[in-house]
Amino acid sequence: MPDKPKIGFYWCASCGGCEESVVDLAEDIVMVADAVDIVFWPVAMDFKKADVEAMEDGSILATMINGAIRTSEQEEMARLIRRKSKIVIAYGSCAHMGGIPSLANEFTREQILEYMYQEAPSVVNPEKTRPMLEFKHNSQTVTLPEIRNLVRTLDQVIDVDYYLPGCPPTPKLLKAAVLTLLSGEYPPKGTVLSPDEALCEECPRKESKPTDLAFKHFYRPHQILFDNKKCLLAQGVVCMGPATRAGCEALCINGNMPCSGCFGPTSRVRDQGAKILSSICSNIDPKEEIAIDAVLDDIPDPIGTFYRYGLASSLLRKKVMED
Amino acid sequence: MSNTNGNGTIKGITPRIGFYICHCGHNIAAMVDVEKVQKFVASLPGVVVSRDYKYMCSDPGQELVQKDIKELKLNRIVVASCSPLLHEHTFRRAVEKAGLNPFFFHMVNIRENVSWVTDNREQATAKANALARAAIQRVFFHKSLETKKVPINPDVLIVGGGIAGIHAALTIANAGKHVYLVEREPTIGGHMAMFDKTFPTLDCAACILTPKMSSVKNHPNITLWTYSEVEKVEGFVGNYKVNIKRKPRYVIEELCVGCMDCIDACIYKEAKYPDEFNQGLSKRKPIYIPFPQATPQVVLFDPETCIDFKSHRCKKTCIEACDRKAIDLKQVPEYKEINVGTVILATGFKTYDAEKSPQYGYKKFPNVFTSLEIERIVNASGPTNGEVLTKEGNIPKSVGIIHCVGSRDEKAHKWCSRVCCMYSLKLAHLIKEHTGAEVYNFYIDMRTPGKGYEEFYDKLMNEGVHFVRGRVAEVTDWALIPEEEHKLTIRVEDTLIGVVRRIPVDMVVLAVGMEPREDAQDIRRMFNISCSTEGFFLERHPKLAPVSTFTDGIFIAGGCQGPRDIPDSVAQAGAAAAEALSLISAGSIELEPNTASIIESFCSGCKSCIPLCPYSAISFNEGTKKAVINEALCKGCGTCVAACPSGSIIQNLFEDEQIFSEIDGLLKFAGIELEEMEVVNA
Repeated sequence: MPDKPKIGFYWCASCGGCEESVVDLAEDIVMVADAVDIVFWPVAMDFKKADVEAMEDGSILATMINGAIRTSEQEEMARLIRRKSKIVIAYGSCAHMGGIPSLANEFTREQILEYMYQEAPSVVNPEKTRPMLEFKHNSQTVTLPEIRNLVRTLDQVIDVDYYLPGCPPTPKLLKAAVLTLLSGEYPPKGTVLSPDEALCEECPRKESKPTDLAFKHFYRPHQILFDNKKCLLAQGVVCMGPATRAGCEALCINGNMPCSGCFGPTSRVRDQGAKILSSICSNIDPKEEIAIDAVLDDIPDPIGTFYRYGLASSLLRKKVMED
Repeated sequence: MSNTNGNGTIKGITPRIGFYICHCGHNIAAMVDVEKVQKFVASLPGVVVSRDYKYMCSDPGQELVQKDIKELKLNRIVVASCSPLLHEHTFRRAVEKAGLNPFFFHMVNIRENVSWVTDNREQATAKANALARAAIQRVFFHKSLETKKVPINPDVLIVGGGIAGIHAALTIANAGKHVYLVEREPTIGGHMAMFDKTFPTLDCAACILTPKMSSVKNHPNITLWTYSEVEKVEGFVGNYKVNIKRKPRYVIEELCVGCMDCIDACIYKEAKYPDEFNQGLSKRKPIYIPFPQATPQVVLFDPETCIDFKSHRCKKTCIEACDRKAIDLKQVPEYKEINVGTVILATGFKTYDAEKSPQYGYKKFPNVFTSLEIERIVNASGPTNGEVLTKEGNIPKSVGIIHCVGSRDEKAHKWCSRVCCMYSLKLAHLIKEHTGAEVYNFYIDMRTPGKGYEEFYDKLMNEGVHFVRGRVAEVTDWALIPEEEHKLTIRVEDTLIGVVRRIPVDMVVLAVGMEPREDAQDIRRMFNISCSTEGFFLERHPKLAPVSTFTDGIFIAGGCQGPRDIPDSVAQAGAAAAEALSLISAGSIELEPNTASIIESFCSGCKSCIPLCPYSAISFNEGTKKAVINEALCKGCGTCVAACPSGSIIQNLFEDEQIFSEIDGLLKFAGIELEEMEVVNA
């Protein structure tokens, strides 16, 4: 059936969870497989770069790329796929906003390499060997991709048409996205394919959220036993829900864990972390500086808490090291 | 972020921007190369015309803009000149007259923010360029807005019943408007009621003040609440909601006629507690009236000292004595809520605590008094019935008055308290009149500007009062020569003759300065106004808006704004009353349309914004489960806008795209593109 639209999947700096989520379509994957030709999916089927290069430009209807962009190879592949695809969808938090890998932007490349290849407790490397970009062996040159100093979102490297948010996106959203693609009625370019309200809207605990949170302490999930009916913010837990796009149907909350923000901000917000910080800090009970600091000390890793998935797409983007 | 494409069109609108840079005489042009800025802006996308002009705020300057709007079909105007506080309204009006919505105008402050704060012409010009570019990018996103009018509630709240509050209250009440006068103490009168005579005319303070006090009490347009404090203020100009606590006097104000039979009947036959009004120099009973002409003429209980409040075992002879059944020992605080359109703060000052300057020996030597204590002592109804006596009961033969105690002093307050020279002269005259003593004035400089003030100083010099120019080093009881024994010796460098002198006296008067009240900061916060660095309430403009504040509808008068004497306080009170009446007379006020609103379809109902609003303008609609902003209450502070975690609140004039494009304009000037900071391989 040569007329079926062609679809591709590709991964960059990611954990593989996004790929799992495709498989999580369960029986619906049959529906997808019936409706489209999957022409490119390295995790499931064997493809080489040359196979993609051989394809006609624009011949793939849509490719979903997951993972952040961290290496020269990922850049190259992303650009190649862009050429070959009519539509590119940034799939999952890492492609969308940088994701967990972009927390590396808290450090320089040198700091990371030094730790990973020399200082980490499990490493023995007295020669201080580092991966090399080029290596000659038996008159053959072997190359490795270069790790960039900055972890980037997909749209910081190539033009992106749509975004499927989530760590990973839910099968329901993926299915809806595929059906939208097949319908031919495309939403405006740049749309994030999930409702544009905050998670509180669909949170089962919304009713129990008090008007005045008046934070006196913050707890991390391991520090208290959660009441499984009550708003987590009301229990002093940083829940990113108010600053996070809806669409997951409050999966984590239903598992009695706070939202960690993987769907990113709504379309109206440029910086999700800054927004939740602004909101939470405005609701801290003490009004004196010392007492406020004491409450904030309960959050030991603010970047990891408020920018867990979005450091690369935030206004901060990267910690700049002064010499 | 690039909000504009190549030809400068956004969302179907092609901005036609007119840019005008003002020389402000030399104020701006001397430090900013205005021609260079004008040329730079002319090259920016969307700019149709760019001009520089000597005085943009002048009529020809405004006409220039109006002519361009009509002839060049401009739809955005940017003026780079002074602070928007001064001329934003001028230009908005000018733009509106030319048929353009006034909110398509934007002002860039290159005077206070640029030319006045540097002496580097190159940097100043660069900064002016950057700010101009930011403004040009911002106005792309400006929208047509409507101002709305809100009615002004004609009732006025006056806080503080000293001479300033009294005068303002009477002025407004006489104009037929209702006044709520709230005073913390049991009586109105303030500091002036404590004074004996007033300089330079030597009128008896009580004689000129008490008629005004009783007018206040009897005026049909004045609601007088003494022994009361403002607890909470909400709202905005024209519509303030104020909560007031009326502290219990344990006496029903409406029933008490001030006969004071209860005071005579008190189980304490002798008064034994320090009398606040007399600066603790005399005693009062647990049931008392502050002074004979106290207004209202109502007694009150001091629960701290009344036996019945402590042990419930008093015979309550006071209750028996009151045939009007006015005493109610079960009285509780009463809470009032009032709506007013304007507020005048006349909360006064406090005198410097002389104990903080230990070299003058206040509280260490019994015969060192503060000026306020002497005011009471020379007063016929004071603790000594007007007799000036030392603590030992003798008529002093010599008295030293030390000026500038707590004023003009790096260790205390740097400011001149303005009134001390004059009141010291007055006290010198009164002491001399009462005792015939030799009176020495120790001054740094004599400051007597004011009608009849210098003449009064001349008169005192002719009366034989001594003047020694020099800051007093110390007051000591350490006698070096027999003449100093049993006396207080004032050690001072007489700077006119260049020698250190020791002058023994029987009594020392410390001319304490004026300072802000301890709770001035709390009041400032409550009424959302500012304080100057000294802690006095800050006026909107030191010359042109001396009784206005940065919060519309809140005015200040008297000693709360800075040290001043009675004539100045009264003049300010009159001015504040006129300002309030002018608002009331206008009937309504135009509000800046910088209000916030919630995009209902996007609000997730997370309630984060609700507790943050300082004006209680946000409520939660239980039906829709969304937050709602009452636009009439919104003051445009932006707190909710910043805090809305889903970005579902927008604020007119401060929309994200306006602010971000403004920032983008600034960064572009520095060669940085907001979205394109390339640090990939840095």
